[in-house]
Amino acid sequence: MNAKDALGQHGEQLAAEYLQRAGFRILDRNWRCSEGEIDIVAADRRVLVACEVKTRSGIGYGTPLEAVTRKKRNRLRRLAVCWVVANGVLFDEVRVDVVGVLRDDNDGFTIEHIRGVG
Amino acid sequence: MSLARTHSIALVGVEGHPVEIEADIENGLVGLMLVGLPDTALREARDRIRSAILNSREKWPNRRITVGLSPASLPKRGSSFDAGIAIAILAADGVIPPARISDLMFLGELGLDGRLRPVRGVLPAVAAAAAAGFRAVAVPEQNAPEACLVPGMRVLATPSLGALLEWLRFPVPLPETAGGHPGGVRVFEDGASPGPARAGGSGPGSVGGPGSAGGSGSAGGEPGSGGGPGSGGGPGSGGGRDLADLVGQPVARRAAEICAAGGHHLLLLGPPGVGKTMLAERLPTVLPRLERDAALEVTAIHSIAGALPPGCPLLTEPPFCAPHHTATRAAIVGGGSGALHPGAASLAHQGCLFLDEAPEFSRDVLDALRQPLESGEVVLARSGLTARFPARFTLVLAANPCPCASTASTRAGCSCSPLVRRRYLARLSGPLLDRVDVKAEFLPVGRAELLSDRKFTEPSSVVAERVAAARQRMAFRLRGTGWRLNAEIPGRELRRRYAPAPGALAPLERAMDLGEISARGVDRVIRLAWTVADLGGVARPTVTEISYALALWLGVTTY
Repeated sequence: MNAKDALGQHGEQLAAEYLQRAGFRILDRNWRCSEGEIDIVAADRRVLVACEVKTRSGIGYGTPLEAVTRKKRNRLRRLAVCWVVANGVLFDEVRVDVVGVLRDDNDGFTIEHIRGVG
Repeated sequence: MSLARTHSIALVGVEGHPVEIEADIENGLVGLMLVGLPDTALREARDRIRSAILNSREKWPNRRITVGLSPASLPKRGSSFDAGIAIAILAADGVIPPARISDLMFLGELGLDGRLRPVRGVLPAVAAAAAAGFRAVAVPEQNAPEACLVPGMRVLATPSLGALLEWLRFPVPLPETAGGHPGGVRVFEDGASPGPARAGGSGPGSVGGPGSAGGSGSAGGEPGSGGGPGSGGGPGSGGGRDLADLVGQPVARRAAEICAAGGHHLLLLGPPGVGKTMLAERLPTVLPRLERDAALEVTAIHSIAGALPPGCPLLTEPPFCAPHHTATRAAIVGGGSGALHPGAASLAHQGCLFLDEAPEFSRDVLDALRQPLESGEVVLARSGLTARFPARFTLVLAANPCPCASTASTRAGCSCSPLVRRRYLARLSGPLLDRVDVKAEFLPVGRAELLSDRKFTEPSSVVAERVAAARQRMAFRLRGTGWRLNAEIPGRELRRRYAPAPGALAPLERAMDLGEISARGVDRVIRLAWTVADLGGVARPTVTEISYALALWLGVTTY
């Protein structure tokens, strides 16, 4: 596995731990269907959260949060619905969150979480 | 999450409208949304502002930012909102205390490196800000001299966004800042004017020069009242031109003097090489300098057109505008699909609009001039907005008598048939020519005339004195009315309050009986006669003045 994928997986692991501490129930990780992949599927009380995790090793190419575009958000919404259909679980609401994980110079990580981008 | 508010000005024509810029930072997809009818240049502000903020070593808020420009119905154009938007975003992010920016007006375009670049139309924008109750304005450094012309305004001359932020965070005590440290904001209190601007020609392009800014405020703020003649050099004055150069055309010189005094329009007709263009170019040299109000008006129009010479904030010379005959209608009366630009007619406001080879201009261009000739302003209507540009100019038309243009006094060299000759000048005829008060025909001069006329030529300064005296007489007679020049008196008042001496109208009545002159022509001749009387120091036009004016109007003095 190359370094970029390792960083991404590590970031997803950190994000999952962070969400759990924040009181989310993790339902699925890296769920795939023909339309694409959801990094983390979680439940925030009665709300289904499709969560996109972006990990960056620096801001040389922009911040992690910037890398999530409108197109990506729309796809995540569609995927969230696919997940509901595939698993047959009902929720009050579907939400898309973005978690940005940024590695700093001392190999520490900063996590930023934006709820409800769409 | 948080909201902040700044202010700027949107220009429609020469009128400025205050615009409120609101920035809201909230959770959501990272990005900057700009709402409130922005045009392309303004929509591109998103990318400029982001780079400018990052390159000013500030943090870009990594959230969803919504920037609203209100009133939302007013179309906003151009890049002058950049500074206001950037400050609003940073204030919403908590970088600047909101109290510091609540009564400040921002103008300026941002460079990607965070520099504040000069924009057009600063003078009318700052004047509108003053009218809206603002007492301080931050403008790009290069625009500061212009902004300082507005009384009662504190001007922050801002080289860059970084400097402005520093000033907003740590306001320095005022007196010391006028000297300024390199790259910092310089503050000019009401009435003070920046050093580089007063220096005129010495270093107009120099931007940064903090050393030269030391002597600010010494010259006061009244360049309008004859301060330093020949210093700045308005558009038309320069080049050492003088009316005395026009040897051999005494009648034309006299016609120019009368037109300059009364603001009458002039047609110059004659073969090539007799001095039509020469005369027109020398007309501004006998016009009086602009008074302060007029100068501000003229400067505002030139500021919007981006035609202000650098280092010369206030235009005090009457402008001279000579568009080429291929000019389009939009170039002459103003227009444009997006931002409305003033045309040559407005750039010649309070001065002289010279159309050389007038019959070569396309017909619709000439006809478009009829409205400004009548009302003194251009009204441009577009969907959603109407812009007004003042356009009260002295029109000077020059024309050859025929298209072959080789005609000499004997007309020996001319190969044009009478029909062609008539058609050529017919392009000018009609309503336009009816509004031209003085029609002067140039005849080719011989060697003897050139030599003998040399004794009678007067330098522009002498003629300008006579013109100024005549204008004073006019101003005294027209005091309390809205008019300044004889050419502006409406016909009704002309017959009631400003009637010529009894019996003086006899030549006019005869001409009317003969069908040589229209009813409107009669009014025009009387106005002209008033100017002739003012120049001659006569209290009221008599038969002499009326006859002379009639001759000028008919253009028969030289036939």
